[in-house]
Amino acid sequence: MNAVPVNYYIILSAILFTIGALGVLIRRNALVIFMSIELMLNAANLALVAFSSANAQLDGQIFVFFIMTVAAAEVAVGLALIVAVFRTKKSIDVDQINVLKG
Amino acid sequence: MNLSETVNTGYFFGLVPLLVFFPIAGMLFNMIFGGKMSEKAIGTVASAASGLTFVVAVLLAYSLSATHGELHQVFLAEWIHIGELQLDWTFRVDTLSVVMMLVVSGVGTLIHIYAIGYMHEDVRFKDDVRRFRRFFVFLNLFIAMMMILVSGDSYLMLFVGWEGVGLCSFLLIGFWYDFNILGQKSTENAEAGKKAFIANRVGDFGFLLAMFTTFWHFGSLQFDAVFESASHHPDPVVISAITLFMLIGVTGKSAQVPLYVWLPDAMAGPTPVSALIHAATMVTAGVYLVVRSAPLYNLVHSTSYIVAMIGAVTALFAATIAVGQYDIKKVLAYSTISQLGFMVAAVGMGAYVAGIFHLATHAFFKALLFLSAGSIILGMERGHHHLAHGHGDHDDADAHHDEEVFDPGDMRNMGNLRKQMPVTFWLYMAGTLALAGIFPFAGFWSKDEILLDAKLHAEHYPGVYWLLAAAAFLTAFYMGRQIWMVFFGKERTEVAKHAQESPPVMTVPLMVLAFLAVFGGALNLPGSHALTHWLEHTIEGVHAGEFDFMVAGVSTVLALIAIGISWLLYGKNPLKAGQIDPLKKPLGFVFTGMENKWFVDEGYGAVIIRPFEKLAKFLSIDLDWNFWHDWFHNEVVYAGFQGLAKFLADPVDMGIINAIADWLAEITKRSSEKLSSLQNGFVRSYALSVLVGVVMILGYLLLK
Repeated sequence: MNAVPVNYYIILSAILFTIGALGVLIRRNALVIFMSIELMLNAANLALVAFSSANAQLDGQIFVFFIMTVAAAEVAVGLALIVAVFRTKKSIDVDQINVLKG
Repeated sequence: MNLSETVNTGYFFGLVPLLVFFPIAGMLFNMIFGGKMSEKAIGTVASAASGLTFVVAVLLAYSLSATHGELHQVFLAEWIHIGELQLDWTFRVDTLSVVMMLVVSGVGTLIHIYAIGYMHEDVRFKDDVRRFRRFFVFLNLFIAMMMILVSGDSYLMLFVGWEGVGLCSFLLIGFWYDFNILGQKSTENAEAGKKAFIANRVGDFGFLLAMFTTFWHFGSLQFDAVFESASHHPDPVVISAITLFMLIGVTGKSAQVPLYVWLPDAMAGPTPVSALIHAATMVTAGVYLVVRSAPLYNLVHSTSYIVAMIGAVTALFAATIAVGQYDIKKVLAYSTISQLGFMVAAVGMGAYVAGIFHLATHAFFKALLFLSAGSIILGMERGHHHLAHGHGDHDDADAHHDEEVFDPGDMRNMGNLRKQMPVTFWLYMAGTLALAGIFPFAGFWSKDEILLDAKLHAEHYPGVYWLLAAAAFLTAFYMGRQIWMVFFGKERTEVAKHAQESPPVMTVPLMVLAFLAVFGGALNLPGSHALTHWLEHTIEGVHAGEFDFMVAGVSTVLALIAIGISWLLYGKNPLKAGQIDPLKKPLGFVFTGMENKWFVDEGYGAVIIRPFEKLAKFLSIDLDWNFWHDWFHNEVVYAGFQGLAKFLADPVDMGIINAIADWLAEITKRSSEKLSSLQNGFVRSYALSVLVGVVMILGYLLLK
């Protein structure tokens, strides 16, 4: 089987991470920012899995499992926060969330 | 004190510190407990203290005669030990110091007793009872100081006593510092005290210089050490300097020309003080000093001649003033100066025994005269009191202040007091005859001995005999004048008619003194010369003189002529009230001079005091205030400081230091304003910063 070179995976991972980071920086919708964070996490996962397969070691695979678990937990908490913010503000625009600003 | 030694040896030399401690104890007792004691008790304590001192002096005299007049030095305590200077509190018991102790404590005790009576009336007159105690405290302190003076074994210890008696003199002259002699409010007595103190300061300065020179040259102040090195290496210049400086001290303390002016004013003190301090004891300290320093004076003849001349000139000069005085105490004061002149002349000529002999007899008869004068003054005062309450309104206090001023001491107010005060009259007569030098009274023998020495040494001391003989003539004259004016003739005032005799507490001590004035000559009668033999243990080279009928005859005849003249002038035709002195007409301006003390006080005022005051004013007003305070302090120091302070405050502090601080604050404020905009609260912009930072760090790591 013709193996895909590891460079490709890394480049894809970098593109995905950049898209996620730009999403966090540019967008104001909390949900979209959340999705962008997920995108960055998965970009990292992709890089880990790619190196793991290329180096024939299982460490990266196991790391990915941990990261997915943590990400799932984070999503649960983050979505709950967003729901709570929306209930009080009737908006999830992050610029509106400023009650703690001095 | 060394009682065991006393017991072992049977002599009493160990007791000598008690001479000082008894009077000090009496003084302290009266100071502490006197407030609750009666006048009599206070006086008794003080007199007992003085009397015990006399007893100690007698015991010392006994011990000394039993040990053949050998010198005894009694060490009490260490005083100053610095390098070469080794001074101790050491008492010196020799025949000379014992004579002084006996005279001072003996006469002193009698005067203490007399003062109980005198001060009682004096105090009542001034309505101030508290001073009674103060008076006796001062008297006891005086006795203690006088004992230190005569028993010290070094010049410095002598000087302690010297200054101590000067202090007591000052305190007691100004005793009635708020009243004058007439009982009016005045500071005249305080000023007399001040004058005495200042005149004595001048003399003390001379004495101090003498001590400095002594220590510088001989390396010691202890008598024997000084005399020994002086006799081994006699340096005439140094010894002349020492003796002349010492002479200045003598003229101050013993009231000789030119520093005698304080003594007549010192009569402002209560009469017992005049008798004790300013006639019998303190003023003879100068004579004692010269006798004590005899080994030094013997080495330089020129200084001795100066001493003798000063004494002789003083004797005559003061006698002329005494002739023109009207105040009973002033006559005696000038007489005292004159007699001190006799003593100083005697010791100057090397006739130390004659000087000390006259010192002792003079202490007896002059104390007697002063105390009798005090009795007369109080007698007049009683007469005055009697009259003031006899008629007129009886409202005590007011009457006392409103009545006209009456001087109880002015002889022109007296006359015929023989009738009213017979006891005092006879006592006064005894003193007068002794002072005038009539055979066989004490003064005759002692004065004669001085005149004899002056005559014998006439070729070495030219002029002294004639001055002293003239002074002796005037002495008899002014005493005769006083007797006729006070006791004979007609009463010149109502007060004199009502004068009253004094109580026994005053007259009994006078009788003892009168006894001594009559028989005191027995101390050194020609033939026995007891005093000469007694003193030759201490003073080297004294010898008993032969009695010379020529000298004695001349002086007796002179005295009798003088008394005769005084009878012609004042006795035969007694002075009437308001009449001017019969001497005034024949003597003219000479008598005016005598009356006014030869204008010496005025002369000192013009030559010394007024220029001094001008200088003091110049120094205080012009130099100190105008120049130093107004110009230098205000203009230079204060204004300069203000200018500097302003410069530092305005341009330096405000312009530089404050500006730097302000600038720092401004910078911080502005930069913080700029930086605070970074913290905008938008998570995205923070995240952007983080991203930028990460990119930069990664870029750096990649491109490195």
